[in-house]
Amino acid sequence: MSNPVQISKEIDARGSFCPGPLMELIRAVKAANVGEVIAVLSGDPGSVKDIPAWVTKAGHKFLGMEDAGGEVKRFIVRKAR
Amino acid sequence: MKRILVLGGGTGGTLIANLLAKKLKNEAQITLVSASSRHLYQPGWLYVPFGWQDPRALSRSLKSLLNKRVQLEIGKVDRLDLPAQAVVLEEGNTLYYDYLVVATGSRVTPEDVPGLAEGAHHFYTEEAAWKLHAVLEEWQGGRIVVGVGGLPHKCPVAPLEFTFLLDEYLTRRGLRDKTEITYTYPINRVFSIESVAEVAEPLLKERGVKIETFFNLESVDPEKKLAISLEGSSLPYDLLVMIPPHRGAQFLEGSPIADAQGWVYTDRTTLQVKDYPNIYALGDTTNLPISKAGSTAHFEAPVIAEHIAAEIQGRAVDLQHASYNGKVTCFLETGYGKASILAFDYDHPPKPPAPSWLYHYEKMAFNKAYWYLVPTGVI
Ligand SMILES: Cc1cc2nc3c(=O)[nH]c(=O)nc-3n(C[C@H](O)[C@H](O)[C@H](O)COP(=O)(O)OP(=O)(O)OC[C@H]3O[C@@H](n4cnc5c(N)ncnc54)[C@H](O)[C@@H]3O)c2cc1C
Repeated sequence: MSNPVQISKEIDARGSFCPGPLMELIRAVKAANVGEVIAVLSGDPGSVKDIPAWVTKAGHKFLGMEDAGGEVKRFIVRKAR
Repeated sequence: MKRILVLGGGTGGTLIANLLAKKLKNEAQITLVSASSRHLYQPGWLYVPFGWQDPRALSRSLKSLLNKRVQLEIGKVDRLDLPAQAVVLEEGNTLYYDYLVVATGSRVTPEDVPGLAEGAHHFYTEEAAWKLHAVLEEWQGGRIVVGVGGLPHKCPVAPLEFTFLLDEYLTRRGLRDKTEITYTYPINRVFSIESVAEVAEPLLKERGVKIETFFNLESVDPEKKLAISLEGSSLPYDLLVMIPPHRGAQFLEGSPIADAQGWVYTDRTTLQVKDYPNIYALGDTTNLPISKAGSTAHFEAPVIAEHIAAEIQGRAVDLQHASYNGKVTCFLETGYGKASILAFDYDHPPKPPAPSWLYHYEKMAFNKAYWYLVPTGVI
């Protein structure tokens, strides 16, 4: 994998529509330890806007977004607090 | 004779049992199991906090709503025994089935958020709606925070409706300018469906309601009277009205047919449960990406009834009724005698019309006509 960071949990939210992927991410961040990196796979176009906006609002770090085949994108987040 | 077992005596369970009894005269034995002997009309609870509805008028005996061919068994399901095709009740008796329909709805779980049970009110049970009425009666002004404490929850628009009606109620009592109302929602708009948020947000602003989005409730401090979010914000309140998180029935949590929250793995068109072709699910208990609403159960029930009846009668399914397309219809009360309506399905988001008195009267009429039309399968 091309990611320099180590992803500790990847959530597959493909096929889940708004606000499914974001809510899945929120749940995972809640359960994670500070510093852990979480990835979420989403094919919902709304996620492109909603996920980075939530990560910023919640004070975590948005490490990026990459194509994961077709419409699906992988969003990578580090729990910062 | 084939045995059909329906779990749950709410909107979905009552309707499906009646539809099956109509379709399968003497060809099957239909039993409905319900934890309660009463059928509750939950949409009426919205009006209870304001004293606009008497909760006693919102329930009827379940037996009185059931077709005579449906056997009623009052008892709480303790667990499923899937290999034996059986359901075990808390009192210990076991019921066997050839076909099983799960319609045990959703339950509120305030215990999932620290401090929520002690610090907040809601109107998602008969008792809670009644308690909130007592508090509002005594209200003299201050800060009210209304919000959604977890997604998914049933009747997604109810918190918005409550906020609009609260504004009307306080205005009528001359307390609106002594009250600050804040509305919170977990994502970055006031409702999950964008087209609905676009209608609701300007209305909230017009009524002077403060909006706090991206507010995922993490805990409540009942002593300091603070609602604290995962995002790091905290809202002080004098009265907190929070829709608690929801889960499916307890016996489903951790069972092979459901996820950890007890939502049943359901096929979005046939409503069959994953890996169990003789088990179906409808209503709030499914994991479908569609609103948990009575109208959802209402549109789902004919599909399941057709599948089971066709199989028992050894005929092909009537294609017109064989698949569910995600249809839901919900009213949205906007206060001051007006409402809008949301009609949508899996592929078509709602386009809510401007609020008008007509939809409000339709909702009022429907609330009264429910008993004659919905559980019985007249419409
Ligand atoms: C305040 C409020 C307003 C609402 N407004 C609307 C509205 O305007 N329009 C709309 O369409 N929907 C509305 N709803 C939602 C609607 O009431 C539900 O979506 C609907 O009742 C779901 O039907 P159901 O059959 O899946 O579950 P329910 O009607 O909740 O029935 C579940 C049944 O299962 C039984 N049960 C549960 N666990 C067990 C067990 N372990 N063993 C045996 N039995 C069990 C219960 O006793 C109950 O009989 C509203 C809900 C609320 C709370």
